[in-house]
Amino acid sequence: MAGAVSVEMPRGGFSFELCKRNAALAAAGMKPPTPVKTGTTIAGLIFKDGVVLGADTRATEGSVVADKNCAKIHYMAKNIYCCGAGTAADTEYTTLQISSELELHRLETGRKPRVGTALRMLKQHLFHYQGHIGAYLVLGGVDITGPNLYTVHAHGSTDKLPYVSMGSGSLAAMATFEDRFRPNMDVSVKTFKFGISRKSEKEAVQLVRDAIVAGIFNDLGSGSNVDICIITADKTEYIRPFDVANEKGERTGDYRYARGTTAVLETSVRKFEVTSETVTSAEPMES
Amino acid sequence: MSIMEYNGSAVVAMVGRGCVAIAADRRLGIQAQTVSTDFQKIFQMNDTLYVGLPGLATDILTVSNQLRFYVNLYQLRENRQIQPNTFMHLTSNILYSRRFGPFFVEPVVAGLDTKTHQPYIATMDLIGCPMETKDFVVGGTCTEQLYGMCESLWRPDMEPDDLFETISQAILNAVDRDALSGWGAVVHVIEREKVTTRTLKARMD
Repeated sequence: MAGAVSVEMPRGGFSFELCKRNAALAAAGMKPPTPVKTGTTIAGLIFKDGVVLGADTRATEGSVVADKNCAKIHYMAKNIYCCGAGTAADTEYTTLQISSELELHRLETGRKPRVGTALRMLKQHLFHYQGHIGAYLVLGGVDITGPNLYTVHAHGSTDKLPYVSMGSGSLAAMATFEDRFRPNMDVSVKTFKFGISRKSEKEAVQLVRDAIVAGIFNDLGSGSNVDICIITADKTEYIRPFDVANEKGERTGDYRYARGTTAVLETSVRKFEVTSETVTSAEPMES
Repeated sequence: MSIMEYNGSAVVAMVGRGCVAIAADRRLGIQAQTVSTDFQKIFQMNDTLYVGLPGLATDILTVSNQLRFYVNLYQLRENRQIQPNTFMHLTSNILYSRRFGPFFVEPVVAGLDTKTHQPYIATMDLIGCPMETKDFVVGGTCTEQLYGMCESLWRPDMEPDDLFETISQAILNAVDRDALSGWGAVVHVIEREKVTTRTLKARMD
């Protein structure tokens, strides 16, 4: 390693280069910052012809709402989706990694990926990291064996259940499920009176929606909208947002600043030709 | 004290109509002691792509150099300018590869799509969790103040001049309620055919 700027090409996998430095900083009383967490309500259930997954859309950094409309239902394969709670970056990258491994597996075998395969890949990945990758997942999909629904914990343990919930709002969601879940729910049109509801939806979808709404309104870590993903044998529907549980109020005041309000010390304008296919000369990193 | 508060910083990016703006304060401190008032926290990556790096100063330098390196490599390999979205993922990947020993920076990306000229802003946490929004993104030691300012000042479809006033007032008033950031600010307004860079007059206390 020579020079002030030495960039090593990535070799894949995690780099632990800065761990010693960061540990020294922590020992010197410097608190490491908190990554974005998804204090979350995610839930899913199995109905007659498939799986319904649901999630709220709030991401938090401590008590600050970092993102009011983030997507927590991640794509795994055409027939498999995965909801993520816990450390946001971990859920994002774990599902991305396994999703691409599933696609390679699909190309190699020439078969539709199974939910069990995705589950095994996820739990082995997470167990390998002994819980340090903070991903708490709800995995659902439909394959040759029918509808499948699992939860995966960060340490690698898994559950296979007909209805599941995860995240900080899991209690609210589970309470809703315990109250109203029935096996083999149908496409019967039965709308429950719970806030705003889309015309007439499948009973199962309505139940998941209500479970997420219970989390949104009763858990501080969850909020904003409801996302829903409905997976059946022949079709996958990802509805985002499914329900806007919290409409932003209209701003009545106007805090417009007149042009020229801000005192400017110095102005410089850099103009350039608008051609989308040119390369700016690669300037030296150090002059 | 958190390590993110060691040097102090404030960065914000906003979307306007066919334009984006990114602003940062200029202070470099060692805790309460101000060391420099012209520290660069926003780096130009392309004609219309900028990245703001709030956080620990040493990592701001390291990460900005690394990003420069990877963007140069990308441009040499692909013979075209990198898209803001691609650049965001590049940055995110660099940060997540250090998941267990992170850089203490929270990058803020602002730019225009090289083909469609659509505005793009995004931010990520220190381990690279991407967050794309349609209005504004913030980072640094006074994010709460910035969120408050942006939530009340930002409105959709602002013209470049109005966007400048809005983002400037947002950052100036936010850093006035933060002891660790401030001491001047720099604002880049990125438009289709030009970038206007302005240095703001601010409180120096």
